[in-house]
Amino acid sequence: MIAVSALALLVLLFVPIWRIDLMAPQYPEGLYLQIYADRFAGDTEKINGLNHYIGMAHIKNEMFPEFKFLPKLIVVLSVLGLVAAAWGKRILLFLGLVTLSLFGAWALYDMYKWGYDYGHNLDPKAAIKVEGMAYQPPLIGHKQLLNFDAWSTPDVGGWILFGVMGLLAGVYFLELRDLSRKLAMNRDRT
Amino acid sequence: MHIPANMKRSIKLTGAVLAGASALFLTVNMLNGCRPTTTVTAVTGDAAAKVYVKPGSYDEFYNFVSGGFSGQMGVYGLPSGRLLREIPVFSQDPESGWGYTEESKPMLMTTHGFIPWDDAHHPEMSLTDGSHDGRWVFINGNNTPRVALIDLGTFKTKSIIEIPNSAGNHSSPFTTPNTEYIVAGTRFSIPMGSDAERDVPVDSYKDTFKGTVSFIHPEPESGRLSIAFQIKAPGIDFDLAHSGKGPSDGWMFFSCYNTEKAHSLKEVNASQNDKDFIMAVNWRKAEQYAKEGRGMKVPGRHYSNWWNEETHTAESTIHDEVLQLDPVELGDIVYFMPCPKSPHGCDVNPTGEFIVGSGKLAALVPVFSFAKIQDAIAGKDFEGEYDGIPVLTYESVLHGEVKKPGLGPLHTEFDSKGNAYTSMFVSSEIVKWNVQTLEVLDRIPTYYSIGHLTVPGGDTKTPYDKYVIAYNKITKDRYLPTGPELTQSAQLYSIEGDKMELLLDFPTTGEPHYAQATPADLIRPREVKFYKIEENHHPHVSKGEKETKVERKGNEVHVKMTTIRSHLTPDVIEGIRMGDVVYFHVTNLEQDWDVPHGFAIKGNNNAEMLIMPGETQTLRWEPTHVGVVPMYCTDFCSALHQEMQGYVRVSPAGSSTELKWYTASVDAGS
Repeated sequence: MIAVSALALLVLLFVPIWRIDLMAPQYPEGLYLQIYADRFAGDTEKINGLNHYIGMAHIKNEMFPEFKFLPKLIVVLSVLGLVAAAWGKRILLFLGLVTLSLFGAWALYDMYKWGYDYGHNLDPKAAIKVEGMAYQPPLIGHKQLLNFDAWSTPDVGGWILFGVMGLLAGVYFLELRDLSRKLAMNRDRT
Repeated sequence: MHIPANMKRSIKLTGAVLAGASALFLTVNMLNGCRPTTTVTAVTGDAAAKVYVKPGSYDEFYNFVSGGFSGQMGVYGLPSGRLLREIPVFSQDPESGWGYTEESKPMLMTTHGFIPWDDAHHPEMSLTDGSHDGRWVFINGNNTPRVALIDLGTFKTKSIIEIPNSAGNHSSPFTTPNTEYIVAGTRFSIPMGSDAERDVPVDSYKDTFKGTVSFIHPEPESGRLSIAFQIKAPGIDFDLAHSGKGPSDGWMFFSCYNTEKAHSLKEVNASQNDKDFIMAVNWRKAEQYAKEGRGMKVPGRHYSNWWNEETHTAESTIHDEVLQLDPVELGDIVYFMPCPKSPHGCDVNPTGEFIVGSGKLAALVPVFSFAKIQDAIAGKDFEGEYDGIPVLTYESVLHGEVKKPGLGPLHTEFDSKGNAYTSMFVSSEIVKWNVQTLEVLDRIPTYYSIGHLTVPGGDTKTPYDKYVIAYNKITKDRYLPTGPELTQSAQLYSIEGDKMELLLDFPTTGEPHYAQATPADLIRPREVKFYKIEENHHPHVSKGEKETKVERKGNEVHVKMTTIRSHLTPDVIEGIRMGDVVYFHVTNLEQDWDVPHGFAIKGNNNAEMLIMPGETQTLRWEPTHVGVVPMYCTDFCSALHQEMQGYVRVSPAGSSTELKWYTASVDAGS
């Protein structure tokens, strides 16, 4: 089970992890931005074209240095998982879970930080300035940004990550229950 | 089958995790349930009945819509949205022969030579006492600075004037309340004067570039256009304008941008100032100064072209000078009002008291009070000067600001109940608000990205509170697709209730910019049905078949021809030689409504032409091959239209074929 989880993590290298959808009356088909482990994809050029009026930075892969080491990090996490599976030590499983949770939390925080910077750090020479307005995309869920409705949700990779975390937590939980039962049985015997 | 206990556990676990994940997935996607999935909007049940004009019935309004880059003007019926006609204005039209016939070619003459196209933006109706009078409609040529006058008796372009000392006529052709003047403000400032003064580096913009706004006078009887006077202005960009009315009659308001005087990357560099200007011009006073001789004649060569209805021929007049007034020297004819931010539309409400500036980059819509403007001028309440012109204090002339109206406000039209309708390009909607209280009352999406909007009579003293029409910049998925280039799109909304209501989408030609709509009853009684043949003073008219003839003048051959159902006279012409230039002067002898004839000849490098009943028009033709060349009527005129044809024999250059022409008499048979 742990091995399957660890291998599933590798899928994250190839599928989008997160997506941001933008809807406006004049974009009936919607615009979207996908975040992969190593790059942005989707309508980045259209979004950039729109955002330059309000002075937002151009979305490009270079603005997210994490793209350089994120794939490596995922491989490392996956290898750690495989080691844990092979070794079969409970403590390793625990460490794996903690590492993965920390990774998830860090990823969310990092995305928030990027979004904050992206939405607040506006070019002072922008053509359109709306007083008190910032354009930080939502971390998860819905937000109105001027004429756009923005939705931020996990994509395939995000779901896999959640799944893996759930699975590991489950395994750990069962292992712990096993352990406590064994302890209880041992107690009964004595 | 025995499954080990820990395996069972694993299966249960996987199931649980999958269930958990799907629950989470569902939850997040339920959040998405509120996403709009389609642009098909709710149109209420009776919308169809409101726009249905049953066969044989008439629309209630004429809608004159600019053709944009087509250079022409579209005429639609409302509420049906049916295209009735496309009036040739600035662009050649091979269908009617406009710009191809010898008579119409002078209409498109300018100091740049013959310009067979333009970029036509803003139709504006002629006014009497601040209301539509149904007589003329004007439209500007944005590219080669021109203004055209279209006669609504004939739906024909009657006058075109070129604007000197202008580099693009966008801020035009807005009309004063009794059509005393129509204005023309330059979109681009440029260096003016002698060759040496004009040949300057572009980065010397701030020192060398200047603007002008011109006041064009249409002669009330003839519709002939002339430039009454021109006002010098700082080197900024003029965008749109509207005339004062009622209390503000005598004033004209122009929106201005690029007060930064940027000359490159204007997208950024002309968008830096928090406020640009609306320029208020006291044209009554300017007119008086012009009459008192306080202006100066300056070089300003320009064409004034006029269609003579008696000769059915255009006449070009060339003027070398223009009368200019210097507002800095005169002191009290021009004032600037600060207006946030790069104002586009500049619109005056029906009472004439309020002026709305739509700063296309601004997050609010300022409304100025004419009474306060007068007080500020009287009290010299100036916050400074711009190139020697007083700048009124913003707060002193402000009636108030519409807060959070929407994004990208462009233009405002009005109803008679004190409401304003502003188009929002960025947020793609029309926003209705109260002019007095500045309160936003309603908003409705447009599909997509509205530019101009029109309420019938919505920029006059007497709006007709029935519809607002959106002229959109983006069409996308609203119609059957037609490749990369889609139809242009307009939308009709009802404004009869408190809430605006979408009734109809209708496609338009060219790119629609501004438009005017006016009750059909104002125009219908004026319609000319045909031209009286006895009033035709064309030099080559044939007032009957007996007057037809063919004349040679060197290598020029003039054919005086007539058309009547269903033959050409003459229909056989011989003696034309290679190298000749043949002019067919065709008179349509019909004297009834809706019997135009067409005339076309094989392989003409020129065009065909339509000749209205009682009219004479001339098509030029240079033969390209020896042989017999057919000619025929192109406008299906009768049961024997197909038989309305003839032949021209073309002989080699220098041949001695005798010049002769005839239509066989009935008795002679074939």
